[in-house]
Amino acid sequence: MKEPNSSPDPIHSDAFLARLMRGQLKLSIACALCFVVALVALPLLNYLQPEFMAQRVFGFTLTWLILGVLFFPFVWIISFVFIQRSIALEDAEAKAAQDGLTK
Amino acid sequence: MHTLLAFLAAEPAAHGIDPWIVFFSLSTVAITVGMGFWSAGKSKSAGDFFVAGRSVSVGWNASAISGEYLSAASFMGVAGMVMATGYDALWYPVCYACGYLFLLLFIAGPLRRFGAYTIPDFAEGRYDSPLFRKIAVCFVLFIGFFYTMPQMKGAGTTLAYIFQGVDLRGGWLEFLAPFANDKPQVGLNYAVGVAIVGAVITLNVSLGGMKGITLVQAFQYWLKVFAITVPIFVLASIVGHYQQHLAANKTAQETVATAPAGIERKALPAKAPQDEQWIAPFGKLTTKAVDASVKAAKTQEEKAALEANKKPYSLLYTYSLIIALVCGTAGLPHILVRFYTNPDGVAAKRTTMWVMILIGVFYVFPPVYGVIGRSLTPELYEAVGSKGTDKVVLELPTLLAGRDHPLLGSILSGITCAGAFAAFMSTFSGLLVSMSSALAHDIYGRILKPSSSPEQRLKAFKWSALIVGLTAIGLGTMVESLEINFMVGQAFAIAAASYFPLLFMSVWWRGMTMRGAATGMLVGGLSALTAISLTSVSDVAAANAKKLTEAAKLAEFWSEHPIAKWLGDAWVAHPLLRILCEQPAIWAVPLSITLMIVVSKMTAATIPADVRMKMLVLHAPEALGLKQEYIKEHEGLGGH
Repeated sequence: MKEPNSSPDPIHSDAFLARLMRGQLKLSIACALCFVVALVALPLLNYLQPEFMAQRVFGFTLTWLILGVLFFPFVWIISFVFIQRSIALEDAEAKAAQDGLTK
Repeated sequence: MHTLLAFLAAEPAAHGIDPWIVFFSLSTVAITVGMGFWSAGKSKSAGDFFVAGRSVSVGWNASAISGEYLSAASFMGVAGMVMATGYDALWYPVCYACGYLFLLLFIAGPLRRFGAYTIPDFAEGRYDSPLFRKIAVCFVLFIGFFYTMPQMKGAGTTLAYIFQGVDLRGGWLEFLAPFANDKPQVGLNYAVGVAIVGAVITLNVSLGGMKGITLVQAFQYWLKVFAITVPIFVLASIVGHYQQHLAANKTAQETVATAPAGIERKALPAKAPQDEQWIAPFGKLTTKAVDASVKAAKTQEEKAALEANKKPYSLLYTYSLIIALVCGTAGLPHILVRFYTNPDGVAAKRTTMWVMILIGVFYVFPPVYGVIGRSLTPELYEAVGSKGTDKVVLELPTLLAGRDHPLLGSILSGITCAGAFAAFMSTFSGLLVSMSSALAHDIYGRILKPSSSPEQRLKAFKWSALIVGLTAIGLGTMVESLEINFMVGQAFAIAAASYFPLLFMSVWWRGMTMRGAATGMLVGGLSALTAISLTSVSDVAAANAKKLTEAAKLAEFWSEHPIAKWLGDAWVAHPLLRILCEQPAIWAVPLSITLMIVVSKMTAATIPADVRMKMLVLHAPEALGLKQEYIKEHEGLGGH
């Protein structure tokens, strides 16, 4: 087993791991925030603005339309954006690390 | 073939059973079992059995995960709950689908890269601790059994529905009939349905293993989507659409309910919630506890004080439910094990996205059954147990028979029955595989007999499937009075307080120690489990007490169940306590995570020595080839 912090190659350094995790976690948290804000806001709006949320839109109430129908595509968009960026991030990391090795 | 056709053409009343429903349901069972047998010949090694050789493509895997995930709760329970309680129940389908986002963002990719068969494998590998495996494996079984109970209720409800016209009284099969006041009735006993379906699936799983299941699950996803969409489109084109039926329910701002032209609405029975409560947030589902206390309150001041708390408590209930479902999805053992069948971490992420789309499309439809069911089959509000709103998906298509489409009504009801079969069969199979794997792979293979050969482990898997299947049947017969969807929600709450914190923290925090992880998971998970069990025990007892009409018998019943009586009284006295026990996620998840952090800080000296390498394996892209390096390093050391 390798000794901590004494490894010569860049992949096994603490700095590389920290950067790797920070990049991925930042992206994950940004995407999660969009989702959590919506999850917190909808019950709160129902609580504070019941009349506004009960207005009719195409026969649905506004809040029913949001929760029963629109919420699904909203989450698909977040997940699509996350996958694209996350895969791009991984490719960049792999490339950077391998460049570092050949130097 | 001729006899089959003759049977199909016969009048339903002649047999007491609708031949189309039997035909579609039996076909579903036959195809499922047939595919299991067919692929049994193809799965040879233990690896095939446990994780399908890790070679399943994204499309197949996404369909299979979706097929496994869409359970009786999704297919029957969501519709039943929307009909019974209205808007609040929509949180279930939305969070069932969207909870995958947390799984995708934080867990799916790293977990796949780490490459272990099961969650207990991960627990052991991440902390180099065989002891932790033993602790972690318990929760596969806890969560699994909580999740199998509603599937069994789905099975019992569906079979009781299919055979509702059968008259077994007086014959030698009389013991299979349902009993009321000790007298046999027309129809089939709920428990018999549970036993039949449980036995068929158990047999299927012990023969086919997981490779068979991947194929069957993928097929069943598409069957379920077909079975939920086609009948509702046909039905809506005849009786009116989703939004039209919703528009027929008046909101608190509207003075009269004005049904759009051509929309029929039957009168609601007294037990049904009123329009204003049903269509608006914070309805019956979330205010039940406070309502019970208001009913029992003696003075006007007490009543007023409780009424003032009603809405804030409802908001609390809603948030707790959301936390349970969203975090719970990311901690379901039978779903997580499927991520190991992806070839790499990128495929695991892609699969998760496709799962969200596949199940999201599905989840738009069950509430439609609930909404139309409220207009057209309100009589279900009055029934209880397996005859209540949980069967609205099966019942609704038969309405077409009364509208000059008798054949169409039968066929569509047959299709929804087939979908229900697919739903509880696929989820139960998946649970059975992961629970039997836990028993065979973890408890037998690692703890009881580490020296066992692969053949012995395969044999152990089959025996485990049998044991788990029988236990699930036994538990399933006891929960007829609980709502399907509600029970699944509780399994999610336990997963949210145990596996979710474990996975989330182990993947993202280097400072975690085995003791921290174990303490947090055990305390969080067990306290959620206890709180939920308390509410379920008292609810089942209360439902049984309701069946007794004589005062003397009722008094005797409660004296025999002092704990349930005491709990029932405690809930009425403290509605907030009831809400926090029924939906424990809001305190159990933070409790679990806090304990993990505090205990890990206290035991920081025991952080695994090679934690940096483990974190690299979890997070570095596969292209760097760190995984192989890690395995070699461990083999070089003698490894584990």
